[in-house]
Amino acid sequence: MSEQETRSIRCLVAKVGLDGHDRGAHVIARAFRDAGFEVIYSGLHKAPAEIVQAAVQEDVDVLGISILSGAHKTLVPKIMDGLEEYDAAEDTLVLVGGVIPEEDKAALQAEGVAAVFGPGTSIEETVEFVRENAPER
Amino acid sequence: MSGDDDLLEDLLAGKHRALARVISKIENRAPGYRELVSDLYAHTGNAEIVGITGSPGAGKSTLVDKLAETYRNRGETVGVIAIDPSSPFTGGAVLGDRIRMASTVGDMDVFVRSMSARGTLGGLSTATADAVKAMDAFGKDKIIIETVGAGQNEIDIVRTADTVAVLVPPGSGDSVQTLKAGILEIADVFVVNKADRPGADRTVQELLEMIELGDGSSGFSSSGGGHHGVDAMGEGDSSPHSSEGSGKGEPDEADEPDTWIPPVVETVATDGTGVDDLIEDLEHHRHYLERSGTLAERTRRRYGEEIRTLLREDVHDLLQDELERAGGVDALAEAVRTGETDPYTIADEALAPLERCLEELEGERLESVSR
Repeated sequence: MSEQETRSIRCLVAKVGLDGHDRGAHVIARAFRDAGFEVIYSGLHKAPAEIVQAAVQEDVDVLGISILSGAHKTLVPKIMDGLEEYDAAEDTLVLVGGVIPEEDKAALQAEGVAAVFGPGTSIEETVEFVRENAPER
Repeated sequence: MSGDDDLLEDLLAGKHRALARVISKIENRAPGYRELVSDLYAHTGNAEIVGITGSPGAGKSTLVDKLAETYRNRGETVGVIAIDPSSPFTGGAVLGDRIRMASTVGDMDVFVRSMSARGTLGGLSTATADAVKAMDAFGKDKIIIETVGAGQNEIDIVRTADTVAVLVPPGSGDSVQTLKAGILEIADVFVVNKADRPGADRTVQELLEMIELGDGSSGFSSSGGGHHGVDAMGEGDSSPHSSEGSGKGEPDEADEPDTWIPPVVETVATDGTGVDDLIEDLEHHRHYLERSGTLAERTRRRYGEEIRTLLREDVHDLLQDELERAGGVDALAEAVRTGETDPYTIADEALAPLERCLEELEGERLESVSR
């Protein structure tokens, strides 16, 4: 019988840690939605384990972590380890957005983060990046 | 193929990633998903499935969260399927129910999965029913389906559940609203959530009136009298189960199990008030289903619906290809617009080959299965 695939790019937009500003995350969530993606938004103040749980259960293609607090160096590796634990690291495209100093970018990428989008990155650029790099499954 | 076998094995072994991946395959209708789901059936039948519906903002997600927490405290594992709408224009969606599942975050034994309407023609209800199968086979004790109560589609989905709770927020219209057909008819349990808000008493009253009016005539409930809640209490507390109903000279007792009158529960999901009462009512309904044989009937009806939906979808897919070969639906629609033909003629012509094929095969196929 015919099987018409109805693939849709699934993204988790995650706020991790203590910063309370989620306007950027909302903008991204909306932009992803309008691009035809399915977006799950985590809500504010999530612990790394909560983000991992959501990413694994929802089987997202893309995990976008929004951090403005400066805690990315401790929080992002915890998330990456968690994904690893559930065999989800390999085929999840992890993006970090927010205020990330230039000198920290290489370290995040070494952790497995595919791209870091700082302030001023255009929405189109981010959507395009996701379209081109969302893992083939 | 062997990849899918591994996936099934991992799911049955309790690996969360495998469950997540199987549900994705179901949603995507990825190659091989049918064999996968068909293999799941052999491992299902143990979960109790509860559907929660009600208008947007009624507090469904918060209530689901509290239900999941309570079940977990009793040592049961929980699967949640949260349905959100998707854009009719881009297909995109923001699946925002998970955000309220705050009491159980970090607890992997509450498996929350968000779903949106991707396909058409019952695609969502098929995908939901299949995802329930995956969670059931995985070993979840309780599965909660949460939908937006916005249309017929949602009604199909909550019918995937054994027990359906409909949330009615205070002040959701006058008593005429409760006379209208639709979502209220499918309730096994009514929940007036946000019961601390003004107007809650009136809403409860209106629901009780409606239930009294509709006593025995609507939806799934069969005819009979009496109020279930009261009787269930009576059975539990006073009579020490010595006689099988007939001994003590209560003539209605024997008929009682065949009746279900939906109870009305008041809850305040944000602080957990009334959640235990709700769970009790859900359990009463479950017992009623088992006792009265309604569970078997309902399960049968559900599978019947699954078969029909699947066939409808499959035939639709087959004809979709046929449409493409004919140059697409737009060209045909244009032909109708310019008066060259009409939709009925087109449908007849598209279906004619299928009819011929089925006629030729007559007597060979499905009958053998049902015997």
